[in-house]
Amino acid sequence: MLLRQIKENIIEFFIRASGFLIIAFVALVFLFLLKDSLVFFSQYSLKSFLLGKQWLPISDPEQFGSVPLVLGSLYVTFFAAMIAVPLGVATAMFIAEAAPRSLKTVLKSSVEILASIPSVVLGFVGIVWLGPIIKNIFHIATGMCGLTGSLLLAFMALPTIITISEDAIRSVPKSYREAAYGLGATRWQALWRVVLPAAASGIIAAIMLGIGRVVGETMVVMMVTGNSPVIPQSIAVPLRTLTATIASEMGEAVKGSLHYESLFAVGLVLFVITFIINFIADLCLHRQKG
Amino acid sequence: MRYYIFSAVILFFCACSKEVIPPGVPSGFIQVKGSDTIVNAAQMLAEKFMADYPYVYVAVTGGGSGVGIAALLNKTCDIADSSRDIKPKEIEMAHKVGVDPKEHIVAFDGVALIVNKKNPLDKLTIRQLHDIYTGKIKNWQELGGSNLPIVAISREVSSGTHVYFKEEVVQLSDKKNKDEFDSKVLLFSSSQAIVEEVAQNASAIGYLGMGYLNDKTKALSLSKDGKDYCFPNIKNVLDKKYPLSRSLLMYTNGEATGINKLFIDFVFSSKGQEQFKEAGFVPLKSDVAQAN
Repeated sequence: MLLRQIKENIIEFFIRASGFLIIAFVALVFLFLLKDSLVFFSQYSLKSFLLGKQWLPISDPEQFGSVPLVLGSLYVTFFAAMIAVPLGVATAMFIAEAAPRSLKTVLKSSVEILASIPSVVLGFVGIVWLGPIIKNIFHIATGMCGLTGSLLLAFMALPTIITISEDAIRSVPKSYREAAYGLGATRWQALWRVVLPAAASGIIAAIMLGIGRVVGETMVVMMVTGNSPVIPQSIAVPLRTLTATIASEMGEAVKGSLHYESLFAVGLVLFVITFIINFIADLCLHRQKG
Repeated sequence: MRYYIFSAVILFFCACSKEVIPPGVPSGFIQVKGSDTIVNAAQMLAEKFMADYPYVYVAVTGGGSGVGIAALLNKTCDIADSSRDIKPKEIEMAHKVGVDPKEHIVAFDGVALIVNKKNPLDKLTIRQLHDIYTGKIKNWQELGGSNLPIVAISREVSSGTHVYFKEEVVQLSDKKNKDEFDSKVLLFSSSQAIVEEVAQNASAIGYLGMGYLNDKTKALSLSKDGKDYCFPNIKNVLDKKYPLSRSLLMYTNGEATGINKLFIDFVFSSKGQEQFKEAGFVPLKSDVAQAN
């Protein structure tokens, strides 16, 4: 009996420790970013970092204006969401409500395969295939632009949005639908007016998690968006995102240099953006359960 | 089944570690890192070197000259490839961490400007290039080409070629010149990506080391004064007639010793120099350069 109690205690301790460890990891990552960012901000003014319009890390004097990078990330993310959200939610509705059983299985496994395509492969597809197509369709100077990036990122966000939205739609109690049908609603009316509103918070969470994935994605945007640090006037021009900046400059920056520290500040900005998005997603998920 | 795989893996590692190295034969591991321009040549060198010294393993990675020098300073590589001189700031950093970078000039290179094969232009002056990359010239028509917007492509800031091009073209080799790349210039993280984009985009222009020239794109002849236009080939680089000629470098921490010295010596041998020629660069000695 005593042995059993000890065993229980040990197991409970490990489970609890793992839980706390995750919190500790998040806190440590944040502190780590904050520490190096503070070193950066002690040498470079916060105002010129947040409001500066030029990113010239190896010039003399260096300029670390993050506006083009933040706008680049937001532009790409916004357009990726514009594509992925309607498509993803519609697919989820189809899988959960309308698809025949056999088609459902095929669709679900296709979505899983979509999720497992490595981003570098998508980037490669973007360079040799999608980029030239975009260039010819829209008659723009180069296919290496935000739009190509947005399309590929939408592709990457789809699996997250579809899977979680579908779960949310399916978890709406059957009685809701029965009540709607009982009142004479058609299948579409029941889905649109009853089931979707009931699943809304889950779907919003799905969208937010999908967007979180898009903001943090690096390889694809680095390969296909052209990486020009401009303030983008439209989505069809080359632009540079926060993630691509860190990835392509981190290897070069000498440890301890201002350039090196500046990348931590960029990382901090990115962390704050994804944190906000995940926080909203979490709020929505909780509202659904509560 | 799982146990079989597991024991196979264990056996494999035992077999590896028990390989008998004859006494007095050089053995070890060399990490070569840096310039994306040199990476293909370095890989060829490494293969030939490993054929001569079977117990030395040479790993070659690219990423850019800055990446290599940063790695040398962080002591994560033995030899740093670079297509630009080490910056005074980097030397200062190096001394702070107790690294003493020693430079070896291993070959010459011309920075070639490439355009799409459909582009009717085949020569430019450095001044015109400057105007393209600082955003003053925006359409090929202004240079006598077809009516297409110019898409200027550059390497990322981690690239030695980027730094070289910035000094020589964007700032016209004038230290006081503070001109910058136009912010609309595209920044690509590899030379191969530049080749791909220029090969399929009639409005594009990009620069890269001579080693990346092939028949997918067209290289331009360049001139400093608008009189003598020179094509980036071995002869013009060796004679320093080509305006964007430069040295390719390797850095070691202090004088190279042991297997690192063996490798550096191999790079300077005629066999090593031939690899540079094969990769499309210009060997140091004109006899290797001219031999067929």
